[in-house]
Amino acid sequence: MEKELRLMKGNEALAEAVIRAGVDGYFGYPITPQSEVLEYLMEANPQQTTGMVVLQAESEVAAINMVYGGAACGKKVMTSSSSPGISLKQEGITYIAGAELPCLIVNVVRGGPGLGTIQPAQSDYFQATKGGGHGDYHLLVLAPASVQEMADFVELGFDLAFKYRNPVMILSDGAIGQMMEKVWLKPQKKRSEEILPWATTGKPASRPRNIITSLDLDPERQEKFNQKLIAKYREMEEKEVRFEEFMTEDAEYLFVAYGTSARLCQKALQLARAEGIRVGLLRPITLFPFPKKRLGELAGRVKGMMAVELSAGQMVEDVMLSANGKTKVRHYGRTGGMIPTPEEVVDNLKSFIKE
Amino acid sequence: MAEVTLNDIIRPENMAYKRSGLMTGNVMHYCPGCGHGTAHQALAAVLEEENLQSRTVGITPVGCSVLMYNYIDIDFQEAAHGRAPALATAVKRLMPDRFVFTYQGDGDLAAIGTAETIHTCNRGENILIIFINNGIYGMTGGQMAPTTLPGMKSSTSPYGRDVSLMGAPIKMADIVAMLPGTCYVTRQSVNTAAGVRKFKRALKKAVQYQNENRGTCFIEVVSNCPSGWKMTPVESNKWLEENMFPFYPLGDLKAPEE
Repeated sequence: MEKELRLMKGNEALAEAVIRAGVDGYFGYPITPQSEVLEYLMEANPQQTTGMVVLQAESEVAAINMVYGGAACGKKVMTSSSSPGISLKQEGITYIAGAELPCLIVNVVRGGPGLGTIQPAQSDYFQATKGGGHGDYHLLVLAPASVQEMADFVELGFDLAFKYRNPVMILSDGAIGQMMEKVWLKPQKKRSEEILPWATTGKPASRPRNIITSLDLDPERQEKFNQKLIAKYREMEEKEVRFEEFMTEDAEYLFVAYGTSARLCQKALQLARAEGIRVGLLRPITLFPFPKKRLGELAGRVKGMMAVELSAGQMVEDVMLSANGKTKVRHYGRTGGMIPTPEEVVDNLKSFIKE
Repeated sequence: MAEVTLNDIIRPENMAYKRSGLMTGNVMHYCPGCGHGTAHQALAAVLEEENLQSRTVGITPVGCSVLMYNYIDIDFQEAAHGRAPALATAVKRLMPDRFVFTYQGDGDLAAIGTAETIHTCNRGENILIIFINNGIYGMTGGQMAPTTLPGMKSSTSPYGRDVSLMGAPIKMADIVAMLPGTCYVTRQSVNTAAGVRKFKRALKKAVQYQNENRGTCFIEVVSNCPSGWKMTPVESNKWLEENMFPFYPLGDLKAPEE
């Protein structure tokens, strides 16, 4: 397949990009609003073309553990789900992080808690960026704000996952997953046939046996392992922070927003600027590592920062930590699947300015 | 007559069996008299005899055999509790020419991992599931398992398993034998030399069937837990034969035509 321009839903673009990226295996379970990923892959039937395995598991729990098994073989494997399903996967995700395995997990977020709603939300920020399962670990989290990024972050996600031997999450939402936009798809890549030195693929005489485990009963060794993970996360914070800025040069106020909220804020920014309010936007692309340093710099010269997110206030805590008291920080958001209009965002900015 | 020492007896010409070259020699953590060590030895011997080391991936459970990867010299993945068949499914589908097995206890396979067990068997994944059933949670200190016999005492059924409150023991081999995806379902034991030989024969059949892509093979080993049962090894083997075997009868539940 050649480079190609198509009009697609975010979920479908991601699924097509998965095939073209030369992924070895996808293991999923239906849940709204991300079922198109599994449906698209089943219909495309890449087993017949690239040899990619696509399997509908009996549960989210089984799906993530299939990812664990495949990742332990050094294969490019992934799963996708939406919020309640991602909660079920947390056990597997912490084992994968603890076993230092690369994989890609996609969360097309819907409103919660519990079964919640099927409409878009950004209320899984804490779960995605602070660990999610038990134990001290982080995922590297990418937040797409367009259908194009749904496609592009597949390859980027796997590159980062293998570079750090760490699970990577694409934290999308129901709007990005369901909306249609034009998307450039990359040409088909061949699946890798490389056997990685640490992978469990059958022990040849030439190396000691490989063991993939997250268990160490010796606390001193476990602590050393935890320190190794911490060093890995610090390295990500140094090297992998990604973000985008709009009109921050002369900004007196700053929106901080990712994903769907960032798209909203772009419009709100135009409306506010038309009224003479000098507002900029910083869009974090990596949510972990978070663009703390850049926000810290901007905090020294803006009058206030407004974190706009479809949650009761989650990312705002990282914005506050980044600002470190240098400027005032406020949260604005809607929850439960409700999406504010750009006008609502501007109204809230105005009341923030008056405070 | 000169005194006969142990070294006079342990000589190559007197040895009917030798330790498999695939055993690592690490000191096992299992309790004296436990069946796990014997089952490991038999499995290692079959993997060695079938020349499978370079293409075997084993999946260990959570339970007493969580550290099995210390004892057999092959590539291993250590799964979360009950999830071994899900890992094995992916390994086999991504690398169909590998020999893939799980090794799981009764809590792992028949309680927390019931869904994974049944659906893996139902899909007919070409893997081998080795199921060690000793009717108790050994590692956590002797709690009631889904396979604990009626009336049997454990630390969480101190007055005996009351089936009206706690349910009856679950017979996993019978359940998976009903599923069209399984090709070979058998119950074996390792408490006697004859039992070990039969277990090895069953393992060899499972290797053959997996090579022929015939579906899921499920070998249950009805075994003992001297510590959890609070018995000496000899007492536990007697109790095994008198109580466990009548409830979980040994033999093939399902076997393909040769």
